Amino acid sequence: MSYSPAELLAVIAARQLAGVKSVFAGVGIPLLAAALAQKTHAPDLTIVVEGGSIGPELLPGRLPISTNEMRVAHRARVLPGITDTFLFAQRGFLEVGFVGGAQVDRFGNLNSSVVGSYDKPQVRLPGSGGANDIISLCHRVMVVTMHERRRFVPRVDFITSPGFLSGGTSRRDAGLLFGRVSQVVTNLGILGFDEESKAMRLEGLHPGVSVQDVVEMTGFDLLINDELPITEPPEEEELALLRGLDTERRFI
Amino acid sequence: MEPGDFVEARRRLEAKARPGGVKLTSLTEAAGWVKDGDVVAIGGCCYSRTPLALLMEILRQERRGLTLARNLMCYEGEWFIAAQAVETVVSSWFAIGLPWGLSKVFRQAVEGGQVRYEEWSHLALGLRFRAGAMGVSFLPSLSMLGSDLMGVGSAKTMECPFTGETIALIPALFPDVAVLHVHRADRLGNCQIDGYPHMDVDIALASTTVLVTAEEIVSEEQIRSQPDRTKIPGFAVDALVEVPYGAFPHECYGLYEADFDHFDKYVAEGSSQGAEGVREYLDRYVYNTPDHKDYLSLFGAGTLDRKARDAQQLVGRG
Repeated sequence: MSYSPAELLAVIAARQLAGVKSVFAGVGIPLLAAALAQKTHAPDLTIVVEGGSIGPELLPGRLPISTNEMRVAHRARVLPGITDTFLFAQRGFLEVGFVGGAQVDRFGNLNSSVVGSYDKPQVRLPGSGGANDIISLCHRVMVVTMHERRRFVPRVDFITSPGFLSGGTSRRDAGLLFGRVSQVVTNLGILGFDEESKAMRLEGLHPGVSVQDVVEMTGFDLLINDELPITEPPEEEELALLRGLDTERRFI
Repeated sequence: MEPGDFVEARRRLEAKARPGGVKLTSLTEAAGWVKDGDVVAIGGCCYSRTPLALLMEILRQERRGLTLARNLMCYEGEWFIAAQAVETVVSSWFAIGLPWGLSKVFRQAVEGGQVRYEEWSHLALGLRFRAGAMGVSFLPSLSMLGSDLMGVGSAKTMECPFTGETIALIPALFPDVAVLHVHRADRLGNCQIDGYPHMDVDIALASTTVLVTAEEIVSEEQIRSQPDRTKIPGFAVDALVEVPYGAFPHECYGLYEADFDHFDKYVAEGSSQGAEGVREYLDRYVYNTPDHKDYLSLFGAGTLDRKARDAQQLVGRG
């Protein structure tokens, strides 16, 4: 069964939501992964979207492009204001968050603000949106991203969304008492973080991917687990569900 | 006004001669409240309930040196940059939407130093409006901490006097003018919003002057029959204009869906060519359309009807 890197990402991210009750998801792959999880491994999952929607159901073929449009409100249970939606996370109601970014570093910090300096950027990116809030406030956060060397940098140019900052206890010391980056799910494998140093660690590989492939696509020294389980490839049912949602193939 | 200056914000509100009673006026008169150099907060979110008709009228009046504050900016931000009307953007995100990639106009303006981008997290900007709405100088938050965003705007940290933990203090934003689009209002400016509230109520209460367009002006009796749905009280509103399809081609919950085909066209013919491309688009759609009806006629009645049906389907009424 052939599948695209984006389909693989969505399937793997969905599997990580097994048994989860609430997820804070942005549009694109994260929302597709959450919707897939709801139909497979996490039937009790409530999806929360930052534009102010709790418990929406996606209408196949009408996937949202932005987090705050009517397509995300379809069959929702609550439509709170945006500030209140984030405050549910600040209060501690939301288990898992999904985030991405143009750059991610060895401590799981994310940059979606600038390449270069803030005041004189080489590339001005759109900015945080809700990423900073999601990574600061949910119980745990999964980074979902394509695995590219230019993306996996030793140190992000700008910390838009704080992972483990400079490692060790620095996240806690900055006042971020709750939450953590638990996983980085890429199209090559699954990564986590060392319990003490908080440095990124390779913990699993997708079918047909070698450790060398991951190392070459990573711009810093990765810790590598002794045992590296191989991911089960996407099943026909998972792919069919995904394709049934994204009939336009906008995101997958 | 300095961030968080609740004393000055309250003085300005009290000193202002608010028009009493009926708030109905024209787009031209409403937009006339905006002065060069004002901080203008825009309601809605990204391409949802953007007060485009009012924003277009502000552009026609050729304001300069504005600061635009909006939680997620869509292409209306590109319009103000291309028209050289804006100096500072206060936001958490600026693009059009995922399929259209980075905004070339925004990139060139910020990278070239023409426009300053003051970036906040989405919640932090919401708390800025809420603190403003509450008339206090700041709200505490557990967000923003540890990130480089703390060094961009005027957020501070302090040791919590109750627990000793480090907390972030997010300063109030008191815009000079709020520009909002709502579903319905009575002539006194009591406003009802369907679907997503976004940040509109906080923005209205935080701002010194509040300009509103409504899809429909309804009777005072209709508002009185459902007061629980009224989100903004008339006493907070300065100017009100009835503008059907006042957010189009952005969406208005339950009434019309966004016209993504037009977004494709805008990007292909306009913004992918940079500021010059956007100026050509503005010539056609804004400067040469004296009123909103002329503007809507460029989209064709078929499109408006189709987008209305799409909206009804999404909210379960179609």
